[in-house]
Amino acid sequence: MPKVVTDVTCPFCGTLCDDLEITVSDDNKKILSVKNACAIGAEKFNHTKEPGRVTHPRMRQPDGTFKEISYDEAIDFTARMLVKSRKTLMYGWASTSCQAMSIGHEIAEKVGGIVDNCATVCHGSSLIAIQDVGIPSCTLGEIKNRADRVIFWGCNPAHAHPRHMSRYSIFPRGFFTVKGHKGRKIYCVDCRHTDTARVADTFIQVQQGYDYELLNAFRTAARGGPLPDEIGGVPKEKVYEVVEELKTGRFGVIFFGMGLTHTLGRNHNIDIAISFTRDMNEFTKFNIIAMRGHWNVTGSGQVLSWQYGFPYAVDLSRLDKARYQTGETTSVDLLTRNEVEACFYIATDPGAHFPIAAMISSSKKPTVTIDPHINCTTEISDVHIPVAMVGVETGGCAYRMDNVPIETRKVVDPPEGLLTDEEVLTRILNRVNQLMEEA
Amino acid sequence: MVEKITLNLITCRSIQQGVGMEAGKTSKKYFDACSIIEMHEDDMKNLGILKNTNVRVTSATGSVVVKAVTTRQELVPGLAHIPMGPWANRIVSAYTYSTGEPCFKGFPVEVEPAPSEQILSAVDVVKDACGLLKK
Ligand code: SF4
Repeated sequence: MPKVVTDVTCPFCGTLCDDLEITVSDDNKKILSVKNACAIGAEKFNHTKEPGRVTHPRMRQPDGTFKEISYDEAIDFTARMLVKSRKTLMYGWASTSCQAMSIGHEIAEKVGGIVDNCATVCHGSSLIAIQDVGIPSCTLGEIKNRADRVIFWGCNPAHAHPRHMSRYSIFPRGFFTVKGHKGRKIYCVDCRHTDTARVADTFIQVQQGYDYELLNAFRTAARGGPLPDEIGGVPKEKVYEVVEELKTGRFGVIFFGMGLTHTLGRNHNIDIAISFTRDMNEFTKFNIIAMRGHWNVTGSGQVLSWQYGFPYAVDLSRLDKARYQTGETTSVDLLTRNEVEACFYIATDPGAHFPIAAMISSSKKPTVTIDPHINCTTEISDVHIPVAMVGVETGGCAYRMDNVPIETRKVVDPPEGLLTDEEVLTRILNRVNQLMEEA
Repeated sequence: MVEKITLNLITCRSIQQGVGMEAGKTSKKYFDACSIIEMHEDDMKNLGILKNTNVRVTSATGSVVVKAVTTRQELVPGLAHIPMGPWANRIVSAYTYSTGEPCFKGFPVEVEPAPSEQILSAVDVVKDACGLLKK
């Protein structure tokens, strides 16, 4: 009899939906159907059914092909690489569990690695701004139950966080939001007329790269100051009108994404968005939340922060203290300046998501990648160690975009013989300890 | 009609890109979702190309061949979008202004028709740049 697993957490985006229902075959080996997930979440679970999964570690040969090796050989190669290298970039972590991270950090402390996560190319700018000016924020549950003014600024949840709008930010009825969508006013600020803009009541089309100016105008308007006729392509009347509407709300929130963190101004864009939020608290209750991308990128920031005090780009190469300096200990800068001696990637694919100059540098160094699937990075690595998919084939803790921890579940068994991230990392740690004792 | 046009490029996530990623980096879904450039129809007319023509996109960093398409997520003329992925990253600058964050959005590119050029696969587009592609 197939059985239904309820309250499954989706390990794809920072919305971390925890209401999925998954039907699995009675031998616990196959996912038969997925309920409640969006297209991306469903694809993630369904993907396990597809043939061609790599089930053995692989080592790249001089001719570019890969040869299967045992876990022991792969772990030995990795440990030797880590012990030999004086500075190793240990990047990824956003798609694995907090438990796996803390084992990884122990390895980094031993070998003097630099631990960086996907925030480095994503919400890193936001983290810098938060360190500078703080953040008035709340949980998604509060949004669902209280928010009546919702702004999406430079983010596109219709594509990147597909169920965010139905679970929290636009459609649901909550304790004080009994009318659901009707009781909320939705704004979208973007340089494109995105699918999120289509569901907004008001779309504000900002010229690409003028978000800082427009946010500055919002701050000025909130204080009743004068504005030029047009700011970043938006007429001043519109700015005054929107700010007045926001003031009449009982509970407002700004969700922001890569439209702010990736454009010119970077952390300054977030800084001023937070400052505007703070200003608005003179008039009503206002909050701001970063639309974190990967399902557990927030978790990596959490674990690093409580262990070392910094949320990403933590340099442990001095062995006795942790350092953090964006532009210096951040992955892309380290790689383009050729400052690391080896690369260790886990649960990530910088090959697809880093600018090519960084990957050209990476490809010249000894590299090990731990990931369930073949991707752009595994194919230029020396060793690829396949693992079970966290949140599908093994459980572990994750943090939602609003910093709420949620346990992910094991739904099916991994293909036979596959180890989990935690098992592989523990074995690497043990081997590193052995090698260091021998030396 | 002109031989090449200069556009302002942004790279973003799309739901198709997300689905493709989960289907696998070597899947057709991923290839179809990411090896494209979304352009405004006016810009296509200006360049004298029809939808689904291959084009070469060149930035100060590099150059890549992708397929020109239109989109229902409307762009203004002069603005173009390549979904995040290895194709986009062939032309994204690694300069981070000391923030760690590369320049993924808002940089000038030249677009020219390249109907006879081939689009490389996700893995090959990275290997090619790293000098690992066996010709
Ligand atoms: S919205 Fe995000 S967490 Fe929820 S099902 Fe879709 S991909 Fe998964």
